[in-house]
Amino acid sequence: MKAFTTLVTNIDSSTKTTVKVQSLVNYFQEASDEDKLWTIALFTHRRPKRPVKTSLLREWASELANIPLWLFEESYHIVGDLAETIALLVPQSAHEPPIGLSKWIGRVIALRDQSEEDKKAAIQKYWKGMNQMERFVFNKILTGGFRIGVSQKLLTKALAIYLEQDEAVVAHRLMGNWLPNQTTFNQLLIEKDEHDMDAKPYPFYLTYALDKDLNDIGEPKDWIAERKWDGIRAQVIVRNKEIYIWSRGEELVTDKYPELHLLTERIDNCVLDGELMAYKDDQPLSFHHLQTRIGRKTVSKKLLSDVPVILMAYDILEYNGKDIRSTPIKERRALLENLVIEANYTSLKLSELVDFKNWKDLELEKDKSRALHCEGLMLKKKDSLYQVGRVKGDWWKWKVEPYTIDAVLTYAMRGHGRRANLYTDYTFGLWENGVLVTFTKAYSGLTDKEILEIDRFVKQNSIQKFGPVRSVKPEIVFELAFEGIAISKRHKSGVAVRFPRIKRIRYDKKIEEANTLDELKALIE
Amino acid sequence: MAKTLLQFTKKGIYCPQAKVYIDPWKSVKKAIITHAHADHSRKGMEQYLAHHYSIPIMKARLGNNINIQGLAYGEVININGVNFSLHPAGHVVGSAQVRVEYKGEIWVVSGDYKTEYDGLSTAFEAIKCHTFITECTFGLPIFQWQPQNEIISNIEQWWRKNQEDKVCSVISAYSLGKAQRLLHNLPDIGSIYVHNAVSQMNKAIEVNGIQLTNTYQVINGDLSKSDFQKALIITPNGGLGNNLQKQIGKFVTASCSGWMQLRGARRRQNLDKGFVLSDHADWTGLNDAITLTGAENVICTHGYSETFSSWLREKGLNASTEHTLFQGEEGDTV
Repeated sequence: MKAFTTLVTNIDSSTKTTVKVQSLVNYFQEASDEDKLWTIALFTHRRPKRPVKTSLLREWASELANIPLWLFEESYHIVGDLAETIALLVPQSAHEPPIGLSKWIGRVIALRDQSEEDKKAAIQKYWKGMNQMERFVFNKILTGGFRIGVSQKLLTKALAIYLEQDEAVVAHRLMGNWLPNQTTFNQLLIEKDEHDMDAKPYPFYLTYALDKDLNDIGEPKDWIAERKWDGIRAQVIVRNKEIYIWSRGEELVTDKYPELHLLTERIDNCVLDGELMAYKDDQPLSFHHLQTRIGRKTVSKKLLSDVPVILMAYDILEYNGKDIRSTPIKERRALLENLVIEANYTSLKLSELVDFKNWKDLELEKDKSRALHCEGLMLKKKDSLYQVGRVKGDWWKWKVEPYTIDAVLTYAMRGHGRRANLYTDYTFGLWENGVLVTFTKAYSGLTDKEILEIDRFVKQNSIQKFGPVRSVKPEIVFELAFEGIAISKRHKSGVAVRFPRIKRIRYDKKIEEANTLDELKALIE
Repeated sequence: MAKTLLQFTKKGIYCPQAKVYIDPWKSVKKAIITHAHADHSRKGMEQYLAHHYSIPIMKARLGNNINIQGLAYGEVININGVNFSLHPAGHVVGSAQVRVEYKGEIWVVSGDYKTEYDGLSTAFEAIKCHTFITECTFGLPIFQWQPQNEIISNIEQWWRKNQEDKVCSVISAYSLGKAQRLLHNLPDIGSIYVHNAVSQMNKAIEVNGIQLTNTYQVINGDLSKSDFQKALIITPNGGLGNNLQKQIGKFVTASCSGWMQLRGARRRQNLDKGFVLSDHADWTGLNDAITLTGAENVICTHGYSETFSSWLREKGLNASTEHTLFQGEEGDTV
């Protein structure tokens, strides 16, 4: 496992993608096929089942470190990572003979069927025989959650370089339900397939937010407008009766959206651009619903019927196997409209054009966005081609302003990973009958410098400690922005807000000037 | 409250019998200073008392006109019946623990300390006492240091690798303490340049006749990229300015701190390397030191004081915590 540990160390100590990719390539060049396969498996979340409860690991580590369990917990709160805490606390007192990653995984799998006593003896022996970094890596394999800054995309890139293959081919081959103990590195990645290139997507055309007056972008007659749907952007490829769905992050997500799979019986050899959306009873569900689908690798029947997903198509990039990106959008849309009608497929819808004669009309349409669960409007020039990457001028997104509210910082929690041991996760309250009622948490939006400022404030103004959480003296007002608001029975405040983030710290405001819960509720439409 | 030999007041640790403060954070008449770091040695005292080695450093930082008296380690000074003496704390050059004795009762104020000898600062000595006031910057069992020679050899390997890659090695280390530790302990494998702030501290230490093994040059505008290619630059925390970055060409950065033990802290700093090197005692060091003092009462000040004193109480000591304005290791706080 030495080589794998070195790999993890190298990846972990760098923030540069190029360095990470190179470390992976170097590793693949040296590693055995079994180790390569397991490495890919771990980095694509196909780790062996956790063989032992973490509460037992805590006990066994405390025992070896010769400290009481409460001190282990205190240490864990500071470190913010269980695998690392154990790695730091257990002293090395022996040397395990070096064996490869796949053999270690074999040991972890073998643990599952052992008695608790045998598990304890084995794990404690392994711990003692490793150095700190090896112990950390071993614990990560043991406890799962191998998040060390290797995205599927980064892994794909490294494998593509190592194998001298196209990235799309590698990405496609890493998809699906393969299991490391039922395949080989060769089968997974090397054996040729004539349709390998079918999965290859086009680069997305991305847009900038409208940064000028509508009158300055030209005449209304030269433009079309569409709703800016609140889902996730996707490219759906159907080639040779196979479907491939790419997310905007250029990750292949075909398996997550089975509703679209039978599209292969209706259309072929074309590529669509659109929005994956939760959609039911002929109307969009809020993004909150789609979120329950995004994270899932496998989708249950219940979830499929509760939160069905459709593709809201707004562009077509390939038609009858021909790249039509340099045809004006007016013509592309005509092809798309026909195709959607002919396909007559429940989970494929057309993003209708928004009617307008002048910019004033369009302003009024934009005001309907929230009611329609949309983020705003998309403006596209009628003669625009499908360009590559983020390009200014021909397409604009015109988003509605987020809601904002002034709230008071009431609790802070230590972050994890890069933010471990800093207070970076904040809870906010709004006034109700003279009391601050918790209504949301927010994590993002502060600069590194502000994070340190707030961290210092939290440490100096704590009222009480509850494990990693501290209640703080209500003193700082934050302006929070959020995208949506809904009634919620699960929240103490009675409302749930979507995508809350910090807009700025309002040092100029006293806490009495923060908003009330009633003022927040008044925003619900 | 019964009158105790030392008390924690708004101005600092106070001995009412002698009317003397130890490392006060507000202006007072008479202050005994454990060491020259800014959180322990503040300006505005009428009279200072510190180890001889600390005098040039404190003058460099607080001004030449301070009224300061020097003491040797072990030398006893009697103030209104109270015997004060300084004893090596091993933290930085000139750092001392303050032993306070009155009518047979002995208290020791640790200041900051480390138990491992760093080759430069006079080695830590445990002093028998009834009450020990201890720092606990790294008072959690997750903080365990490797021996200094192992860390120095890791730094050397990093430097050598950078030399092969023809990039300059920039290492940030506190200007008083770790900068000199590096200068003194690294092997002579290339030119070492230091930031002006480091050079000033070096001089203040060398005045005492302490010789740093490696020669070094202060960075100046006349140097060119080729001078830096295989060199090591020691800079105080806070890093390099833009002009300097342009001047030295390609470089990689590292930092030396006890906080580098934590992966989160390492990653947050966006560094090429984080070396776990501290001038504070680790968990084992703190526990050993406390055992060796034989103290029944332990007062924990800066660091993980609540957790650490709970641990000491569990071991049967009479341990408590007091709030101070001391800051522990620079660079990060938890």
